[in-house]
Amino acid sequence: MAYKHTIRSKVYKFPDLKTLMGKASPYRSGDELAGVCAASYEERVAAQITLADVPLKVFLNEAVIPYEQDEVTRLIIDGHEVDDFSLINHLTVGELRDWLLSDETDTETLNRIAWGLTPEMIAAVSKLMRNQDLIAVAQKCKVITRFRNTIGLWGHFSTRLQPNHPTDDPKGVAASIIDGLLHCSGDAVIGINPATDNPAVVSNLLRLMDTLRYQFEIPTQTCVLSHITTTLQLINEGAPVDLCFQSIAGTQQANASFGINLNLIDEAYQATLSLNRGTIGNNVMYFETGQGSALSANANFGVDQQTCEVRAYAIARKYKPLLVNTVVGFIGPEYLYDGKQIIRAALEDHFCGKLLGLPMGVDVCYTNHAEADQDDMDNLLTLLGVAGCNFIMGIPGADDIMLNYQSTSFHDALYLRKVLGLKPAPEFEQWLIKQGITDDKGNMLPISPSHGLLDAMVK
Amino acid sequence: MDYWMPWLNDMKRNIPQEIEPLKALQEFTSARIAIGRVGNSIPLKQSLEFKLAHAHARDAVYSELDINNLSDLLKQFNLAVLHLQSMVSHRRQYLQRPDLGRKLNKASIDLINDYGVDTDIAIVIADGLSATAVNENAYRLLQVLIPLFTAANFSLTPLSLVEQGRVAIGDDIGYGLKSKLCLVLIGERPGLSSADSLGAYLTYNPKPGLTDETRNCISNIRPGGLSYNNAAKKIFYLVSEAFKRKLSGVALKDNTGLLDS
Repeated sequence: MAYKHTIRSKVYKFPDLKTLMGKASPYRSGDELAGVCAASYEERVAAQITLADVPLKVFLNEAVIPYEQDEVTRLIIDGHEVDDFSLINHLTVGELRDWLLSDETDTETLNRIAWGLTPEMIAAVSKLMRNQDLIAVAQKCKVITRFRNTIGLWGHFSTRLQPNHPTDDPKGVAASIIDGLLHCSGDAVIGINPATDNPAVVSNLLRLMDTLRYQFEIPTQTCVLSHITTTLQLINEGAPVDLCFQSIAGTQQANASFGINLNLIDEAYQATLSLNRGTIGNNVMYFETGQGSALSANANFGVDQQTCEVRAYAIARKYKPLLVNTVVGFIGPEYLYDGKQIIRAALEDHFCGKLLGLPMGVDVCYTNHAEADQDDMDNLLTLLGVAGCNFIMGIPGADDIMLNYQSTSFHDALYLRKVLGLKPAPEFEQWLIKQGITDDKGNMLPISPSHGLLDAMVK
Repeated sequence: MDYWMPWLNDMKRNIPQEIEPLKALQEFTSARIAIGRVGNSIPLKQSLEFKLAHAHARDAVYSELDINNLSDLLKQFNLAVLHLQSMVSHRRQYLQRPDLGRKLNKASIDLINDYGVDTDIAIVIADGLSATAVNENAYRLLQVLIPLFTAANFSLTPLSLVEQGRVAIGDDIGYGLKSKLCLVLIGERPGLSSADSLGAYLTYNPKPGLTDETRNCISNIRPGGLSYNNAAKKIFYLVSEAFKRKLSGVALKDNTGLLDS
């Protein structure tokens, strides 16, 4: 179906929905690299005005990637809930934006329509929204998940403790974990990116973390972010796997480049569930995503990178994950050039994920060849705190010495909790008090040289 | 790491006492742990150290090849030196258009076409994401490596010095120069702890359109990382194997474990 709009006698024509969505996207380098972005400022706004008038029903009939060609499209279309959609099925994209922002649309209403929305509908509406709108609506969403603690409650804000080490040295990893715990980090998960996918190394790291967690009765979960096939193998070998991790993308072909498909995720999900290790809930999956991954695998099929990203969320929500993390600035400046683009993309991802019912966290981050620095991260971190983001990363000094990029530090999370009055997951908060790390108001206490966690390291 | 700004040592007085117990953890990792806190924030000394490391990395991204000095140094190998450029016209474009950094501009294509005679190895030196890495390490690596090649009777094309180049630009150059193997020495993406890391990528039977799985990579070549001698040994081994087996990339990678030193 073709779309058009006239501005001062200039006619802008868009041959199909995916072209229209690409041209309506706020500017970012990856869409230019893909050749899908608007050619002028005016064309971009013309596309946005045109997109605003597209009825939501059109998205059920015009797939941006053909149904026959792509299992992600099939998942989206087959999983669409007509009943949930009924509340909004008469709206256009533009009307949906206003409806989302209205006072009548509250947390409960948003929860009710989550499965009536497709990723493409959400991506489209986000393109019409300012950063402020993305924050205001996301802030109304509430997505709560559980394994050994409760993540995503009002007034709470969690962190993934990321104790990476360039050679996966167990003592090096343990030192970063202890430093992190003593800085109140790790309630979302203690999660290691391994330097190698070697199953013996991964197994060793899992046992290390499980022992520490068990010994100190830490109400949290642990994860080594190895490939899903490695995790499956380790589950079969009896390794202590709490969460099953995988990076996912929004097209079948991009996922194939990751060595995954939906059947494989199904299998790993069932295997992880069968371990039954969660004490208060069974959200066992941890997914990571990021705008640009489909294009970097040459598998975007002319679809803009933000729409591809939201399609990945359709996969994520099928498996009721504990955590979904958009690693927004990791991919580099050819996809998100500077702080402005990274911030915009993160707010989009957080908003879109939350509307689809996902427990969104954000890796607030950048690489050294991006036009960004810690000031940009401070801005984004604060915006996400206001938007109700479920979790961020906690990395010693914000410097990941294995992945060679910069993210957020343990201190950054402490800052955010302080200025916005947020607390860790309640079970973890109680543990911090019991361990003498904070007082009952959440203030940091001096750490004694004989603290058990420091003692554990010496041994 | 205190040598760069001695006055900062005085600030240690301002670090709260309670962090001292955590200091013991630092012996286990180079991660920025046990850095103390003021209120909930990172102390100024550590904050400025971080900024300085980031500044080094940023400066490296925007550094330029020292063409005159490199050309002078490279003369000693008795090989012609070609000055080439990708289709990228400035750094901002380089960072956003990797596709253009993989292709030679018209003048450079014309230039290499004049030099295309059948040879074994084309050595390409490109700025990549850190010209600093190339300026500091490329010549010193070649001082060890080129004698290894000549002793083994590999024939060499002219040396190519490429501005605004990505790894894959070596495919076009190797193909244009009609060489059996292309070796690209290129500045790697700077990390906070290393802004001068040189990478070496080798591709057997280079031609336009190849992708990463056809290459072998040796990373982190710099005084604080993989030494010139060890890097040259690894490269020479892989090149020799590539010629023996007439391939490079994933299939060749399996043997590199033998080389860890």
